[in-house]
Amino acid sequence: MESGNHLPSPSPVEEQEPDNLGFGFPVFLLSESVVFLSFFITYTILRLTHKPWFPPGVDGLDVTRGAINTVVLVTSSGAIILAERALHRGQIRLFRLLWLATISLGIVFLFGQAAEWAGMPFGLDAGSVGGTFFLLTGFHGLHVFTGVCLLLYMYWRSLQPHNFDRGHEGVTAIALFWHFVDVIWIILFILLYLWPVN
Amino acid sequence: MTNHITTPAPFHRPWHDYLKFSTDHKVIGIQYLLMSFCFFLVAGLLAMIIRAELLTPQLDVVDRSLYNGLFTLHGTIMIFLWIFPANVGLANYLIPLMIGARDVAFPILNAIAFWLMPVVGVLLIGSFFLPTGTAQAGWWSYPPVSIQNPSGNFINGEFLWLLAVAISGVSSIMGGVNFVTTIWKLRAPGLTLLKMPVYVWTILSAQILQLFCLPALTGGAVMLLFDLSFGTTFFDPFNQGNPIIYQHLFWFYSHPAVYVMALPAFGVFSEILPVFARKPLFGYKTVAISSFLIAIQGTFVWVHHMFTSATPNWMRMFFMASTMLIAVPTGIKVLAWTATVWRGSLRLKTPMLFCLGGIIMFLFAGITGIMLASAPFDLHVNNTYFVVGHFHYVVFGTVTMAIYGAIYFWFPKMTGRMYNEAWGKLHFVLTFIGANLNFFPMHPIGLQGMLRRISSYDPQYTNWNVVASLGAFLLGMSTLPFIANLVASAFQGQRVGNNPWNSLGLEWTIPSPPPEENFVVIPTITKEPYGYDRPTDLTAEVTT
Ligand code: HEM
Ligand SMILES: [Cu+2]
Repeated sequence: MESGNHLPSPSPVEEQEPDNLGFGFPVFLLSESVVFLSFFITYTILRLTHKPWFPPGVDGLDVTRGAINTVVLVTSSGAIILAERALHRGQIRLFRLLWLATISLGIVFLFGQAAEWAGMPFGLDAGSVGGTFFLLTGFHGLHVFTGVCLLLYMYWRSLQPHNFDRGHEGVTAIALFWHFVDVIWIILFILLYLWPVN
Repeated sequence: MTNHITTPAPFHRPWHDYLKFSTDHKVIGIQYLLMSFCFFLVAGLLAMIIRAELLTPQLDVVDRSLYNGLFTLHGTIMIFLWIFPANVGLANYLIPLMIGARDVAFPILNAIAFWLMPVVGVLLIGSFFLPTGTAQAGWWSYPPVSIQNPSGNFINGEFLWLLAVAISGVSSIMGGVNFVTTIWKLRAPGLTLLKMPVYVWTILSAQILQLFCLPALTGGAVMLLFDLSFGTTFFDPFNQGNPIIYQHLFWFYSHPAVYVMALPAFGVFSEILPVFARKPLFGYKTVAISSFLIAIQGTFVWVHHMFTSATPNWMRMFFMASTMLIAVPTGIKVLAWTATVWRGSLRLKTPMLFCLGGIIMFLFAGITGIMLASAPFDLHVNNTYFVVGHFHYVVFGTVTMAIYGAIYFWFPKMTGRMYNEAWGKLHFVLTFIGANLNFFPMHPIGLQGMLRRISSYDPQYTNWNVVASLGAFLLGMSTLPFIANLVASAFQGQRVGNNPWNSLGLEWTIPSPPPEENFVVIPTITKEPYGYDRPTDLTAEVTT
């Protein structure tokens, strides 16, 4: 009978799995970036309305240290791009090597940040500057830490071929996350370190 | 031609299945609905204590700090544990069925998102038992009030409140990612965007709002938590901070949140009216797309909550204009609903009654909303009961009524049984009268200047307050026939076939309750929805 709104489909096209993660994860990251945006905006407004921004005796953050951290993170982003390429070409060993390099650089970054925190001449409660500095870098650091955990998990999976061969959609998502963390850091670096002290 | 009376429901889940960790979107949907309704009752109880206090001008039922806690938690629980999760529950149940999918895109994420909500509930309600009491700064938790911590305790009501809001935010973001991905990726073949039912459109729009705006509140809540407990001073005006920034972050979310609550209600109206008017939804495409426009415009109006927050005039003007513009897509919807029921042969079943009642109350709320949007008027009534009246016409009169209507409408789908119509109508009448008695008086006393969030008032306001309180008690009672009806009907109600309403929605083509995996064969969609004028369509094909 030619009636009805919905006809039964003759061929089950359904069975091919849609790439949910490939769509959902970027959406999540977009959403996540609004949290950072809210911090950036708060920081910017507070800094614009308070002069001098830094407590007496502190003139700015250590730009060199920040720059080194930036280089470390950008390099790691490069490494992960190469790792993905290797995976697509089927070079699993090279993939693992580059993946490990990304992990190590991520850890180096975390240590760099810890050292910077330890030597900071002001604390969390140093008016607006303390709060914004530690919250922004801390929240970002938390993301780097999460990223390192995800990377380690994927590395562990890659060591188990029976596990890994069934598909590695997660790799793209983790790589995307890592680039996200990288971009956020660059914005942070510009806002926190390069903003001229006056 | 009658609709198919199918064999008895293919399976019946034992009740304790709903207490388990399940990844079936239908189970999760019902879990959300049951849980949120329990919280609705709790928050309603708090409201009735509030109204008992306001029955007389004196402070005689509770003390001031408890009163603060009562309205803070009443509002918070209603918003975060009733309206949001009830909508999410409905959407969880319906979206995969409406788009012809076997489940949502991320079933495990879905389950986790649900189980975070009871934690939120425990944190909020548990705070009543803290020696220092609950949060008292209202549901908007403005600093500097909210960052005072007179008790000095690290764990205080405000701390738990912020934690709860942050967790419910995480849950909602998970839900947002899940819904948007599901609707985007899992539609059945042939179901193009402009063939989706309006309800799906509204959920898509609402969830995009959720994803884009909610993180701002989360960011604000985190900073507030740091101010409260870790010695930072983001929002502390006495210490280089700026409390107005918090207001912006809060309303950047909480205004759009109004649409996250209301859009699904609009979707429900658009689904139910055509069925009971036996007419196509008037202007389907315009109605569908206007949901999206409402979402976009909704992000540019938040400052209308801050006309009195030292907001410069140019900003007031801009946000006054942008708010008024929202009336355009909203008006389109109301016109379309009116045109749909116009001269239709209306069947006034309970779901239809709730929809009509909801639309009427929404009209009223819309009018007071436009009044409030004009800054000069708002400067006068801001922080008075006029505002409280306005938003209760929205959140109760419109959204809660729509949720009631939806529950009645899809009850036969969820249980395979019909509710009792007489009890349903009684529920509607009590609710409609109770709500108007409760919330209408707030407008005149607001105009006369009675402030909100006060526990005792000048005797000149007594009469209206008595009316409001009696309305509130009636509203409380109105839930009794609802509960009795649904509980009894779920177990003993008359069995119905797949499609007792003769609806054309895809969800009605499969058995009630739907089997696991929903569809035996995923259908291919060829027509636009709402073809209620095409006679052959009355026998919507059953594709199982
Ligand atoms: C069921 C009957 C209801 C009654 C009797 C009621 C009554 C009240 C009362 C008396 C207040 C306190 C106003 C003040 O002192 O400032 C209030 C506040 C509030 N109500 Fe309701 N309400 C009801 C339903 C709802 C529903 C369904 C929602 C849904 C979201 C809701 C959301 C709120 C919010 C958010 C506030 C806080 C407003 C603020 O101070 O910013 N209420 N309600
Ligand atoms: Cu608003």
